[in-house]
Amino acid sequence: MNWIAMKMLVGDKAKFLGIVMGLTFAALLITQQGSIFCGLMCRTAGQVFDINGADLWVMDANVRYVDDVKPMIENNLYRVRGVRGVKWAVPLYKGNARAKINSYGYSADPIAARRQRETEAAGGRVAWTKHEVIEQVILLGLDDASLVGAPPSQRILAGDLGDLRRPDAVIVDFTRLRKLYPGEDWSKEPPAKQLYSNEKIDGSFYNRFLGRDIEMNDHRAIIVGVCVATRTFQSNAVVYTTYSRAKLFAPQERKVLSYVLAKADDGVAPAEVAAEIAKQTGLRARTSHEFVWDTIDYYLKYTGIPINFGITAALGFLVGTAIAGQTFYNFTLENLKQFGALKAMGATNLRIVGMIMLQATVVGLLGYGLGVGLAAGFGEAMRGGELAYYTPPHLLPITGGAVVMICILSSLVSVRRVVVLEPAIVFRG
Amino acid sequence: MESTAALTGSVPLLGAVGALSRSPGERAVAVGIRGVSKHFGAGDQLVYALRGVDWEVYAGQMSMIIGPSGCGKTTLLSVIAGILNADAGVVELFGADVTRMSDRRKTVFRARNIGFVFQQYNLLPALTAAENAAIPLVIAGASKVRAVEKARAVLTTLGMGKKTESLPNQLSGGQQQRVAIARALVHEPRLLVCDEPTAALDHETGLNVMELLRDAAVRPGRAVVVVTHDNRVFHFGERIARMDDGRIVEVIEQHGDPRKNLPASH
Ligand SMILES: Nc1ncnc2c1ncn2[C@@H]1O[C@H](COP(=O)(O)OP(=O)(O)O)[C@@H](O)[C@H]1O
Ligand SMILES: [Mg+2]
Repeated sequence: MNWIAMKMLVGDKAKFLGIVMGLTFAALLITQQGSIFCGLMCRTAGQVFDINGADLWVMDANVRYVDDVKPMIENNLYRVRGVRGVKWAVPLYKGNARAKINSYGYSADPIAARRQRETEAAGGRVAWTKHEVIEQVILLGLDDASLVGAPPSQRILAGDLGDLRRPDAVIVDFTRLRKLYPGEDWSKEPPAKQLYSNEKIDGSFYNRFLGRDIEMNDHRAIIVGVCVATRTFQSNAVVYTTYSRAKLFAPQERKVLSYVLAKADDGVAPAEVAAEIAKQTGLRARTSHEFVWDTIDYYLKYTGIPINFGITAALGFLVGTAIAGQTFYNFTLENLKQFGALKAMGATNLRIVGMIMLQATVVGLLGYGLGVGLAAGFGEAMRGGELAYYTPPHLLPITGGAVVMICILSSLVSVRRVVVLEPAIVFRG
Repeated sequence: MESTAALTGSVPLLGAVGALSRSPGERAVAVGIRGVSKHFGAGDQLVYALRGVDWEVYAGQMSMIIGPSGCGKTTLLSVIAGILNADAGVVELFGADVTRMSDRRKTVFRARNIGFVFQQYNLLPALTAAENAAIPLVIAGASKVRAVEKARAVLTTLGMGKKTESLPNQLSGGQQQRVAIARALVHEPRLLVCDEPTAALDHETGLNVMELLRDAAVRPGRAVVVVTHDNRVFHFGERIARMDDGRIVEVIEQHGDPRKNLPASH
């Protein structure tokens, strides 16, 4: 009977495609919205991911997530270093700073900019436009000696990490450079997609920014490098400097130590050391993994983001159920007479239900595969762009479960119709 | 068809044409109906479709139920075929009381013993002629290959050998009805029920279909019941029940020249 069910299913191509497309749409919507949601959630913890040299984050006892900085007195650094099982511990400054940049370049007005280019091409004297830009940035101050928390070398597009130890040096994240330097000719910038990939990239475009001045909270700084930092939720640019220089840049405060980054002794579980640190110092100590989840949990609990995406995903489910369920149900309804004939000819309810279930399974699998495939294609196309997009493996069973639910729901309704169906309808015109 | 029976030798659910015992000179009762009534709806909508029907259908001949539209022919046929439960009365098929069978047993009983021919053919549009005709064997548990093989053989005996791979919408009405007849006979049932098999066909094609039914379907151990209100085919009936308003009002037997004794057309 299974081959009969399959032939019935694909016999009417238009209807078959309608059902599969409905399910594909539902699977796509759920996976895609779920991926954007997960992508955003990962961005909230972006900086914890970025700092990968350390396995422990130690902070004020009241800190709830990574952007919730509550400065501590520096003595805490030495207290952490004194805890048994701590291999090393270094300070980290994290705060917001106001970056101000004066630069000369093309005008923001396209007509004026064209005139400037024409003059430049003709070899004449160009009247450059002056730009003054003020931006809020995230300032990270890394331990002067070890530079723990710095971007890995393959993520440094221009300059050298070691130069961070030179006077006034900062390394800036490339994402906001466009905003900081509006007069630059950006047409030759490599695509962001390439920059976020893990391959070694040609960053020579960014060499032009090396040596330029930038004012950090009214203190002079010099750009010695351009890097790729993991995007954060607020998507502010990240500026790296040393811990001692960050203290200079920061507004005068008594407490400046944002976090202590620590490493557990070899062979000791970081979680155990964290517990020991908390016990001995009264500070909050979390493994990197825990701190990622603290941060994500915070955003889940205290922002509207999950609700919004939950609603869209639920809508996807509903729309998918409506379309796929409706078409599938209609399909069964239109086949009711055929099922009636089969029943009259002696096919039991069980077999007919089996046929419907097989049909539902096949369209379900197809819709799931196509939907998830399309969502993956969408994610690939969006990579490196502004859109946060991450499909964790756990999302796939969720989508699959949703598609199964849709199929079960719509086939249950159909099955009910077929089971109560009087085979005598086959004799009715 | 006897020659093709071997193909389905391993299929356990087939009916056994000819197995019916009957004493010499006596006709074997295939279907016995006593006091069958059936109503539909309630209140204003209440309709008595059958008002106490008694009748016998004999194996080895073509029986016919005739009468005006709405008189209860289809309802009676549905009850006989075990696809509709009567309100009261007894329906015995080959000695088994179908009114007392569970739905499931009745379904299995139908699969083994009954072939159906419908006015609207009811072929599955996505299946070829041979696949359609194979369905009862598939329901009985035969593999697709063997079932389709036998269906092809039956189609060939019905003059449809060249059309076995055609889809229903590539066939004329008469050809579709032939496929439907092949489907009704493929599992060699003991009872064949046909509801208005010629109603959707022109006169000529209708006659051909009736001849086909008479020649290919009527067998010693098999009863054939045809419902029709098409007076041009009445002469095919050997035993005719004329119905009116839920009752059998007359039973006519025609032997020899069947064109005699024809009931007046309504
Ligand atoms: N499922 C049903 N529901 C309600 N009324 C029905 C149903 N089936 C048949 N009837 C009624 O029962 C009567 C007999 O119908 P039917 O057996 O189809 O007549 P025929 O086949 O002789 O034209 C008609 O009045 C018809 O309207
Ligand atoms: Mg009728």
